Amino acid sequence: MDLVESILSIAVFAGTSLIFATVGEILTERAGVLNLGLEGMMIMGAVTGFAAALHSDNAYVGVAVAMAVGASFGLIHALATITLRTDQVVAGLALTLGGTGLASFLGQKLGPGGSPLVGMTGPRFLRVPIPGLSEIPVLGEVLFNKDQLVYAMYILVPLAWWYLFKTRPGLHLRAVGENPQATDALGVNVFKLRYLYTIVGGALAGLAGAHLSLAYTPGWTENLTGGRGWIAIALVIFATWNPGRAVLGALLFGGVNAIQFRLQAEGTTISANLLNMTPYILTVVVLVAVTLFEGFRTRVGAPAALGLPYNREERT
Amino acid sequence: MTTLKFEKRLTTPTYVKWSVPVGSLMLALAAGGVLLIAVGVNPFTAYGAMIEGAYGGRTALTETLVRATPLILTGLSVALAFRMLFWNIGAEGQLVMGGVAASGVALFLPEAAPSIPQSPWVYLPLMGLAALLAGALWGLVPALLKSSLGVNEIITTLMFNYVAILFYQYLFTDPWKDPAGFGFPGSAEFGQFAWLPRFSGRLNFGILVGVGSAVFLWLVFSKSKWGYEIALIGENERAARYAGVSVFRNIVLVMVVSAGLAGLAGFAEVSGISHKLQQGLAVGNGFSGIIVAWLAKLRPLRVIWVAILLAGLFVGGDQIQITLGLPASISQVLQGAILLFVLGGDIFSRYRLRLIRGDGS
Amino acid sequence: MTDQLPVAVRMEGITKRFPGVLANEDVDLEVRTGEIHALLGENGAGKSTLMSVLCGLYRQDEGAISLLSNGGLRRVDIGSPRHAIELGIGMVHQHFKLVRTQTVAENMIIGMDGVPFRLDMSQVAADIRELGERYDMLVDPTAAIWQLSVGEQQRVEILKVLYRGANTLILDEPTAVLTPQESGQLGSALRAMVAEGKAIVFISHKLDEVISFADRVTVLRQGRNVATLDVGSTNKHELARLMVGRELATGVPKGDRELDQPVLVVDGLEALGDRGLPALRGVDLTAMRGEVVGIAGVAGNGQQELAEAITGLRRITAGKVTVRGVDCTGKTPRQMIEAGVCHVPGDRLGVGLAGNLPVADNLAMKTYRRRPLARGPFLDRKKMGSQAKRMIDEFGVLTPGPATPARNLSGGNQQKAILAREISAGRDFESGAVLVAAYPTRGLDVGAIEAVRARIVAERDRGTAVVLISEDLDELMMLSDRIAVLHGGQVMGVVEPASTTIEEIGLLMAGERRS
Repeated sequence: MDLVESILSIAVFAGTSLIFATVGEILTERAGVLNLGLEGMMIMGAVTGFAAALHSDNAYVGVAVAMAVGASFGLIHALATITLRTDQVVAGLALTLGGTGLASFLGQKLGPGGSPLVGMTGPRFLRVPIPGLSEIPVLGEVLFNKDQLVYAMYILVPLAWWYLFKTRPGLHLRAVGENPQATDALGVNVFKLRYLYTIVGGALAGLAGAHLSLAYTPGWTENLTGGRGWIAIALVIFATWNPGRAVLGALLFGGVNAIQFRLQAEGTTISANLLNMTPYILTVVVLVAVTLFEGFRTRVGAPAALGLPYNREERT
Repeated sequence: MTTLKFEKRLTTPTYVKWSVPVGSLMLALAAGGVLLIAVGVNPFTAYGAMIEGAYGGRTALTETLVRATPLILTGLSVALAFRMLFWNIGAEGQLVMGGVAASGVALFLPEAAPSIPQSPWVYLPLMGLAALLAGALWGLVPALLKSSLGVNEIITTLMFNYVAILFYQYLFTDPWKDPAGFGFPGSAEFGQFAWLPRFSGRLNFGILVGVGSAVFLWLVFSKSKWGYEIALIGENERAARYAGVSVFRNIVLVMVVSAGLAGLAGFAEVSGISHKLQQGLAVGNGFSGIIVAWLAKLRPLRVIWVAILLAGLFVGGDQIQITLGLPASISQVLQGAILLFVLGGDIFSRYRLRLIRGDGS
Repeated sequence: MTDQLPVAVRMEGITKRFPGVLANEDVDLEVRTGEIHALLGENGAGKSTLMSVLCGLYRQDEGAISLLSNGGLRRVDIGSPRHAIELGIGMVHQHFKLVRTQTVAENMIIGMDGVPFRLDMSQVAADIRELGERYDMLVDPTAAIWQLSVGEQQRVEILKVLYRGANTLILDEPTAVLTPQESGQLGSALRAMVAEGKAIVFISHKLDEVISFADRVTVLRQGRNVATLDVGSTNKHELARLMVGRELATGVPKGDRELDQPVLVVDGLEALGDRGLPALRGVDLTAMRGEVVGIAGVAGNGQQELAEAITGLRRITAGKVTVRGVDCTGKTPRQMIEAGVCHVPGDRLGVGLAGNLPVADNLAMKTYRRRPLARGPFLDRKKMGSQAKRMIDEFGVLTPGPATPARNLSGGNQQKAILAREISAGRDFESGAVLVAAYPTRGLDVGAIEAVRARIVAERDRGTAVVLISEDLDELMMLSDRIAVLHGGQVMGVVEPASTTIEEIGLLMAGERRS
């Protein structure tokens, strides 16, 4: 019982940043823009968020800065892919490569007086048990004895779902990624929406990074995100572009993280290097399983215009 | 109301073909300059030191060519796969697996098969072949998953990178660790029969492997049936199927060769530079290969020149880390910026910017 | 007759340029309330561009638009599709602008003003039902678009425009996807709308349709006005002359059919469509040496799947395909090419050509594997170029040269290039090749149509067995020796042009099996 509780508890904790990034990417891809810069945006959010929190001595300032940095990377991606019509795959890769490099550069420079950030400790989000709810056996510890960003995630997921499927702007968002020509003809501004949701996706990726550097593994180390941005992109497929299902996937990965922790804590003889492979192998396995069992449906599930530039007056 | 609008060019004038990428490069350097100013470094000093460090003198030049060797091979690897619109982001992992396989041959074959003569003429081809096959195998799995089930190759090739890197770290820190290595992680040194011959400094035979592979791919693309099929699939997969080209077979074949080239890069690194399996094999050459390939517009012979240019960026970056105390990751930032600006600038060679004046109503 | 009615839309001196193309030049159009106004012209005459300007999708480079408002005409500057909708102009495009994964009701309200932030779909559904009853155009509001037939989707498009309060409706080639009977229904629905005082513009290149639907007609040719006439005071011949600028050729002379010698035999063929549902359900078909077998049917009844199954591009789930007596069931596309099955696909740039590759590469798609182009693993680019030059000359493909990307050719010349390639590939088969041609004249101008048709007939006369898939019944009647009608993936009947009528084919297309 205790074991289950601790694994679930870590799963929620570890899954939170994945959920932020995944939900953001779902919104972006629903608008028809593939953002492979997620990893770069996350790691930029992590480093700038931590640095801002350190200098302002306020974790919330860190979150705000991380989201702003993520959003500006989103803006760059939007500018490159929507206005300048570059290949979305390559532009995203460029952002991830550049973002990773920039994060590493800033990590060496953003400490007090231009010193490196590595090894510094700063403000962070601590557990805030919710009175009453946190007393519930098992669930209380798993769900209601967490930091503020985890609680924000509880609100974000149903909100994103409701927004996407039950509101007017959600309807437009789904339409834009599915058939931009049609949506444009009906008077919806395709360019504006694509810009908006690419930026929103970037901001959420920044938030995901901030949760890592301000709560999950407080502080800054090189390669802090460790491919979580890419896992989030795989989770979008797993979730069939539905924010609700993203939670399931993120918890699965969080759970694997948790089990890994437990094994290491209990002094297993398996090398850490081998244990650390599990989330990546799991990503491939999950992706294959989703494609196998729902191959048909997922192809329907993917926004039809995903990855394609839109140009109103282009004649073919 | 006056608006700006992109209008498709029917032909691209020569001056545009040249000025656009050069202009994009300048803008990328300017963006990097802003960052340098922000950390209190004169960008001209920094760029000057980088150029000096990368191309100033024989030592600098050979070091740049050393850095270019894996970039040529990974650049070719990526260019081949991208030509077919197969998004192989896995060159990093394929390179690592190639290095692991070549090391395995060098470290354990002499003991396992003492009858094989311990001569470079035997061992180097064997190591190269092992690296080629290991890289190919690492690329084959995503290729098969893509061509038979339609599993997204971007994610699978990327995940395989992480697995390969962790596997390789596991090997040199645990089972392959040199017992006589005073506790430092890393394998034992290879016998001299497993060293690629060197020309000058650390510059070795590996660069010829790279140039040879570039010429091979150039032949494939411009003179062979296979190259024609790859172009057809890359341009229009449905048209290729319609022309009777087997898309399945080509995805597998292209990925085997593409990943094999990356594997060769790993071979050149361990056999030409480190002579053992240790930290430093997975330094992002696979990812930089994507940048090389794209900047070379996926053309094999251009890959060589772009790789040398980018290698200069790395060597120069290392140089200013020493002289100016700047993080070496500045070269990674510049790489990303260059790619982004060249990508974004490309629209100006395909389209013309037109000023449109409204009719005043 | 309609002279007294007030003018609803006036377009004056409209000019619209695209890079390298002058789509409209100084065009005038006047549409009155309560009339159905046809916009007649060949493909490429500028009809769709003109209407795209009116509905805000493109902005004109020169010219003015005025609309009826509060009893008088007022100049407007239509900046966007949304603005056009606000001004009461709605367009039903030829390629439906529907979001396939969403429901009918959701499609109704995309981009619409006055929709609350929190959606109330049941209210929308009720509105749709009411509107559908008013014009006798019923459709299930909760169905997803992809579940609807093409005719139903068109209804959704029209209802969508009405729901947004359009007074002026523009319909782009509305009958291209309908059976003759469905077209009739559409006609009466449109009549009901103009009776309420709406104005309707419909774009067409079919003369019969214009005569039977419209009150007035404006003819465009090569982007310019030719005439505006009362339909009551003109006739088909005059319209045809105005549209084309010369008399239409009436037909293509055909040689006598050779004796029965089956080249292609399709037996009980079954295959699945893209969505995994049965698309072909036991098709039997035979094409003799030197015969054109036409395939008629409303789009989406298995035509594409049939072409793909015969050419090896689609997996066959049951049944047999035999070519010249050899069982070719389940062969790969390459093996079918080698068996002498040539294919002019319906989707030129999607399937038939790699648009960014040079014309020469495109012309080599079927011959690059063998001598003289190939030598072992190598490909002789010089010979590829000279082969391309030969084909370009023989088939009259207009191109700056073999190195030009195929995308830059006009539609007609792209089609000529495909025909050149396919027909040349078929010539190696003395005992008769198979040519599967899907919609070979779709979207071409009249000159190109005639050239393509003449080629197909010439191939037939040479002994090729031609399977001609078309949605143009006149074309099928003109070229075919026999016509098989497809409905729901089955052959409803096989008729001979000489002994059948358009009406009979129409009934078969609607799914009434021939007794």
